[in-house]
Amino acid sequence: MYDVVIIGAGVTGSAIARYLSRYQVKACVLEMSEDVCTGTSKANSAIVHAGYDAENGSLMAKYNVEGSVMMPDLAKELDFDYDMCGSLVVCLSEDDRPALVKLYENGVKNGVKDLEIIERDRLLELEPNIADNAVAALWAPTGGIVCPFGLTIAFAENACENGVEFFFNEKVTEIQKTEGGFLVKTENNEYETKTVVNAAGVYSDVFHNEFASKKIHITPRKGEYLLLDHATYGYVTHTVFQLPGKYGKGVLVTPTVHKNTLVGPTATDIEDKEGVNTTQEGLQEVIDKSALALKNVPVRQVITSFAGLRAHEDSHEFVIGEIPEAPGFFDAAGIESPGLSSSPAIGLHVSDMVAEKLGLEKKADFKAERKGIIKAGDLSLEERNELIKKDPAYGQIICRCESVSEGEIIDAIRRPLGAKSLDGVKRRVRAGMGRCQAGFCSPRVMEILSRELDIPLSEITKSGGASKIIVGTVKDSL
Amino acid sequence: MEKYNIVIIGGGPAGLAAAASAYDAGERSILILERDVKLGGILNQCIHNGFGLHTFKEELTGPEYAQRYIDQVLERKIEYRLNTMVMDISPEKVVTAMNKSDGMFQIDAKSVILAMGCRERPRGALNTPGFRPAGIYSAGTAQRLVNIEGYMPGRKVVILGSGDIGLIMARRMTLEGAEVKVVAEIQPYSGGLKRNIVQCLDDYGIPLKLSHTVVDIQGKERVEGVTIAEVGPDMKPIPGTEIHYECDTLLLSVGLLPENELSKQAGVELSRVTSGPVVNESLETSVPGVFACGNVLHVHDLVDYVSEEAAAAGRNAAAFVRGELSGDTSGEIPITFEGGPRYTVPCTLDPKKMTDTLTVRFRVGAVMQDRWVNVFLDDERIVHRRRQIMAPGEMEEVVLKKSQFENHPDLKSILIKVEEA
Repeated sequence: MYDVVIIGAGVTGSAIARYLSRYQVKACVLEMSEDVCTGTSKANSAIVHAGYDAENGSLMAKYNVEGSVMMPDLAKELDFDYDMCGSLVVCLSEDDRPALVKLYENGVKNGVKDLEIIERDRLLELEPNIADNAVAALWAPTGGIVCPFGLTIAFAENACENGVEFFFNEKVTEIQKTEGGFLVKTENNEYETKTVVNAAGVYSDVFHNEFASKKIHITPRKGEYLLLDHATYGYVTHTVFQLPGKYGKGVLVTPTVHKNTLVGPTATDIEDKEGVNTTQEGLQEVIDKSALALKNVPVRQVITSFAGLRAHEDSHEFVIGEIPEAPGFFDAAGIESPGLSSSPAIGLHVSDMVAEKLGLEKKADFKAERKGIIKAGDLSLEERNELIKKDPAYGQIICRCESVSEGEIIDAIRRPLGAKSLDGVKRRVRAGMGRCQAGFCSPRVMEILSRELDIPLSEITKSGGASKIIVGTVKDSL
Repeated sequence: MEKYNIVIIGGGPAGLAAAASAYDAGERSILILERDVKLGGILNQCIHNGFGLHTFKEELTGPEYAQRYIDQVLERKIEYRLNTMVMDISPEKVVTAMNKSDGMFQIDAKSVILAMGCRERPRGALNTPGFRPAGIYSAGTAQRLVNIEGYMPGRKVVILGSGDIGLIMARRMTLEGAEVKVVAEIQPYSGGLKRNIVQCLDDYGIPLKLSHTVVDIQGKERVEGVTIAEVGPDMKPIPGTEIHYECDTLLLSVGLLPENELSKQAGVELSRVTSGPVVNESLETSVPGVFACGNVLHVHDLVDYVSEEAAAAGRNAAAFVRGELSGDTSGEIPITFEGGPRYTVPCTLDPKKMTDTLTVRFRVGAVMQDRWVNVFLDDERIVHRRRQIMAPGEMEEVVLKKSQFENHPDLKSILIKVEEA
């Protein structure tokens, strides 16, 4: 019997698991995919919003601001990439200035620190490529960028180290109310538990609606993005949003923590909860809209495009807390933007709610710190040589574009909740994330996966399931 | 810090030929740095024949061709380090590299020869819409899986792009038991060699659809289908022309890009057209003592030309080390062009520094029939050659003789002019 079953190993479920692991608890996370961070959490703007946007008084505002404030210390504690680069909301017309002021005032009410409206001259100093018609901007120095994979994986690994179990390829098919709690059924297993936490992203309405009289409805809202080459790094040095107004609604252009430039997203409501395909129209829209607030965005230097799905609830509000009709069933549903920014706060508060319900005691030996994978590229020549002497695998570069060594890839596979697929390796150490998009390194990473996991090469997948890379040996069908 | 007179970055066909030729020019302090497990570069996975017709007057496979040059390097006892990744080249020609046994180390080089080759343009660079499942490979990755590892990346194949590797892989996949359904090419002409269209597609009944591109990729986990459509003159798909193919694999052969990240670190000026270094008649880049050859300089059609070019780079680097290559660039005359060429290699020429004959190579931007290729030194036409057909997929060359420059002590302009015959 579990105390808690968390459905979903995205950033929300993983954050809840991590903060829950501060308590003496028997908990597990059930994830339908083969790895953490495979849904909404892996394909988004990778932004830590300062918190001026969400409507004052909303849960979104509360959790966003709190999460944003938690992020800098958390990044050190859990060792993930985060940079408080600051963000700008650019106003393109004097007609729109009242909206800019309103946004500023909303941010101040929400408790966002150091907000300022800056005029064109100051804006030009911050972002020389800003559009000629930009008149002013909201400057939020506490806005930031984060590695969404790094954040989610850090939460999950730390939770795992502190005793939370993770089960993958476990798609929840049914949840039954029982006397002592719930019976959670997956395609392969059954889990008895006292409480359930619903962090199922785009599927969270399905589970919520099984128990709640007040139904919710989640629409997968697709966002398409372009990721630009390292060569474009520095084109913008802050996250640049455009204030919706006279010239329409733009897209953001931002540096990433990995020294790329990210452009997007679109917002298209779709039916398919796994419809992460990009479209010609969507990609064109990103390109067109990026040119609203900025000049000469280097979109030609795209290295990949992708789409993610926001779990958009009709009310555009987080659905968080216990369902009155089903005591012990907790929602963390409708977590769309600013979900990534809010995740630490959601994790903290939802775990506290569950702990209170169950009367859990804090753990004396909770390990709050987690050490990430060594980034060999950040070391000095001497440090690197020391490392290679200890483990020569750190001297062998596998991914040329991102300079990822074999040692880093082996660590990504061997650590708790390690990578099992090419995408799993990619999200952890960036092998295959660079400009050649895994052309050179994928056969080498496949070999390392095969050796480390002791499975034949033919079983290696891109991202679990049926995503096998090879289908047989040469001439086997002749 | 270790010191070498010449450090060669890359042990593929360019690096090997450059090394042997520098040795034959008298240089003995040479080091080749190769990132792969063996010498030979990409030729090791090119197991088809057709290599070496120009150089050796016989048809060799890729590994055989590579071996000829590997043997030259071994016979000369030229030093090389395998599994060694060059991390940085400074403008002062300090090369930082790394491998398992030596760790990270630095070499002070008098001269550096860039011979890193090229990489394939990935799907991402095309903004091809659709899902991102397993089953999408660049043609070169598939070539490695099939020819080196012995694995089939798929059974029902659509190929986007008609670059040479894509054409070669259409044949290879067919021979290994796969069904290649179509090759789609966005341009109105093929990007590959004519002989590859005939030998790799026509001979196997594989259709080539020109002015077509992929507009959708289906399949969430593994590729399940690909939709192609015809494109108009603006390269945009024409609605209503979509054709769907059920397949499990999409191979991409949509262009090669010289790998010049290290060149940039060294401060080498790059051409916007070739993405390779701007070089003079000595194949020397904008950084004195740094030379470039092979596909890192510009993407070649035949490896024979790579070897020839690399040999020149090796000789010139040796001359630079001996102090015989003048650092005076005041005599460099730009090679200009009109009527078809997109670029030339070299980009400039100093008649005083050129060898007895100098080959200038270029590619045209569109298929052209029946043209005169002329070279003018100021007003004097020194080359007048008729070409039945010129295509972007094939390299063109003109050979200039030093003697032709003797009548032009005050030469101002070198012009390659292509015109209708």
